[in-house]
Amino acid sequence: MEKARPLWANPLQFVFACISYAVGLGNVWRFPYLCQMYGGGSFLVPYIIMLILEGMPLLYLELAVGQRMRQGSIGAWRTISPYLSGVGVASVVVSFFLSMYYNVINAWAFWYIFHSFQDPLPWSVCPLNANRTGYNEECEKASSTQYFWYRKTLNISPSIQENGGVQWEPALCLILAWLVVYLCILRGTESTGKLEQLANPKAWINAATQIFFSLGLGFGSLIAFASYNEPSNNCQKHAIIVSLINSATSIFASIVTFSIYGFKATFNYENCLNKVILLLTNSFDLEDGFLTPSNLEQVKSYLASTYPSQYGEVLPQIKNCSLEAELDTAVQGTGLAFIVYTEAIKNMEVSQLWSVLYFFMLLMLGIGSMLGNTAAILTPLTDSKAITKHLPKEAISGLVCLISCAVGMVFTMEAGNYWFDIFNDYAATLSLLLIVLVETIAVCYVYGLRRFEGDLQSMTGRSLNWYWKIMWAGVSPLLIISLLLFYLSDYILTGTLQYQAWDASQGQLVTKDYPVYALVFIGLLVASATMCIPLAALGTFVMRRLKRGDAAPVA
Amino acid sequence: MLWLLFLLVTTSHAELCKPDAENAFKVRLSIKTALGDQSYTWDTNEEYLFRAMVAFSMRKVPNREATEISHVLLCNVTQRVSFWFVVTDPSKNHTLPAVEVQSAIRMNRNRINNAFLLNDQTLEFLKIPATLAPPTDSAVPVWIIIFGVVFCIVIVAITLLILSGIRQRRRKSKGLPEVEDAEDKCETPITVENGIPCDPLDTKEVHLNEAFVPEGERLTPL
Repeated sequence: MEKARPLWANPLQFVFACISYAVGLGNVWRFPYLCQMYGGGSFLVPYIIMLILEGMPLLYLELAVGQRMRQGSIGAWRTISPYLSGVGVASVVVSFFLSMYYNVINAWAFWYIFHSFQDPLPWSVCPLNANRTGYNEECEKASSTQYFWYRKTLNISPSIQENGGVQWEPALCLILAWLVVYLCILRGTESTGKLEQLANPKAWINAATQIFFSLGLGFGSLIAFASYNEPSNNCQKHAIIVSLINSATSIFASIVTFSIYGFKATFNYENCLNKVILLLTNSFDLEDGFLTPSNLEQVKSYLASTYPSQYGEVLPQIKNCSLEAELDTAVQGTGLAFIVYTEAIKNMEVSQLWSVLYFFMLLMLGIGSMLGNTAAILTPLTDSKAITKHLPKEAISGLVCLISCAVGMVFTMEAGNYWFDIFNDYAATLSLLLIVLVETIAVCYVYGLRRFEGDLQSMTGRSLNWYWKIMWAGVSPLLIISLLLFYLSDYILTGTLQYQAWDASQGQLVTKDYPVYALVFIGLLVASATMCIPLAALGTFVMRRLKRGDAAPVA
Repeated sequence: MLWLLFLLVTTSHAELCKPDAENAFKVRLSIKTALGDQSYTWDTNEEYLFRAMVAFSMRKVPNREATEISHVLLCNVTQRVSFWFVVTDPSKNHTLPAVEVQSAIRMNRNRINNAFLLNDQTLEFLKIPATLAPPTDSAVPVWIIIFGVVFCIVIVAITLLILSGIRQRRRKSKGLPEVEDAEDKCETPITVENGIPCDPLDTKEVHLNEAFVPEGERLTPL
């Protein structure tokens, strides 16, 4: 009594679904930052090595498991070993956490897109203060783009303790974002793929981490996608293609990001020079237009020698404009996407067009990744007959979206961005590493590498290359263990965790300590996903014991 | 005699108008920045126009309708172009209070700027802040309109998809009784439900791992 499993219309649809899932916001805002921090082009070396040692093998492993077991993550791991169904559950839990906070980014992208249809762009000018004699104080101290992000978009509170209420504007955008996601997943697999898309020791650790998270391993999304494949599909080829395209997109995004940095740095440098020129012209009543950037240094030394006392008064206000200092500001994450990029865009010609295009791209990237995440949650749910008996597919999708949206309202509160950072930094990182480690060990040693190899051969008709065997059985698990150890020791050594809070009076970010309940929450986040694995194993063991106890008298 | 009078006038003039004098204001013009190639040179005629504009502004203040151009004194003109000015009373012995001059200039700032083809940034009255123009705000914020449009489109699309899904399911359940007979004739090893046409080559079942068969069957009697 089996219902035929829905299939991808053609392998290309599957590839596009994987690519749109893997190519996400991390390619745009994390990878260029890492390149800049760890030596630019030379970061590509550890990155590519980690791609070959860790990224491709693990991606292939997940796709192969999904294609072989033809079920979502929970069913797939239960098939490999009933004690390991906890791995699938942990994947679903982590995916649920991710879908809760990730869609908030899409909500922000919608917010910015809707505000891009104005002239001038709202983040390019500061609003006036109460008596219209100058600009708003907070905006003056920070910059207009920062003010628009922290005050108008987030309306951020000074610390995580002060919660404030739910802001209705971002809440509306969040609801819209969830409606769009629901629209795409409503019909299940058939519609997901159609969203085709546009791809030290610290350096090594960060390269390994970036590859790991960039490919989206461990969420169960890849297993879910692959479970809808024909058994004879050549997922080895697809694994290589997807990982290469993901890396190529990261590199391409870095080129674009660096040119944006350069534009912004040049613009700010010239602005700085003009301010110095104006200051000197006004202080010494020089002729208007006499001072230019080329003769600035000469005139400065002339003035210093001729009017030493007056020059001494003005000296503290003269900034040393340096192009290198402007270029050195490296930002990642939401700061890069919503502050640095918007600052560069506001200075371009036809800025409304570039703004709309840019945020549309962010939206596409974000929604593509969201679809993969929701597939990771929905596939195990729709596989389970207990649930599909009572509810149609549309209702299950709707329920998942509704619950995630309701919880996501937390991130639209005034302190929401601080909770967002907590989720972003801790919800997925450690748990995923552990999940993928258990996955690799499960396939290689519990299920048996030879057996899996035989399954793949009978399924696809191709024998498994020795390279993959070595990676799966040896290299990749070792790499993940070392990453895990590094991060654990890093967390332990750092002591209290801190976060960046926006100080409205100073117009900049300040570092603060997390309160106790936030630390407890972080611990719960990490524990709830990782504890699934041992708990499920224990539960299965206990249930078997009980059943054996019941059945013994019969035998 | 005349010479002495002349000296007296110039000295009193010098006393009333000097940098940082009481009720004196500094003005700064950036003509080249504003007009570039079409900039004019600042000469005494331009100064005369300036004094006329200030006098005009003062005449609009109640009780000061008798202000003449000669009451406005300019001094310390620099290359920049910048200078100081004061407005004296008809007796030419005292200067008018700064507050009055300030409010008069603020009221007529636009007319003064336009007379010189400059704006608030290129014609600066230090210590007289300009009233900044507020950004034009439409009655309904633009973003709500666009949000509403996108929202409606998405809702309509979702409704259409759900309705077509319900219709498909109703059609399948109606067509099921006819297909069931066909299924019995097909003799596929795996039965399929929901009226999917039986074609053994197309159906792909979920692969069960035989090593882990359900518990009850493992403990078969010997």
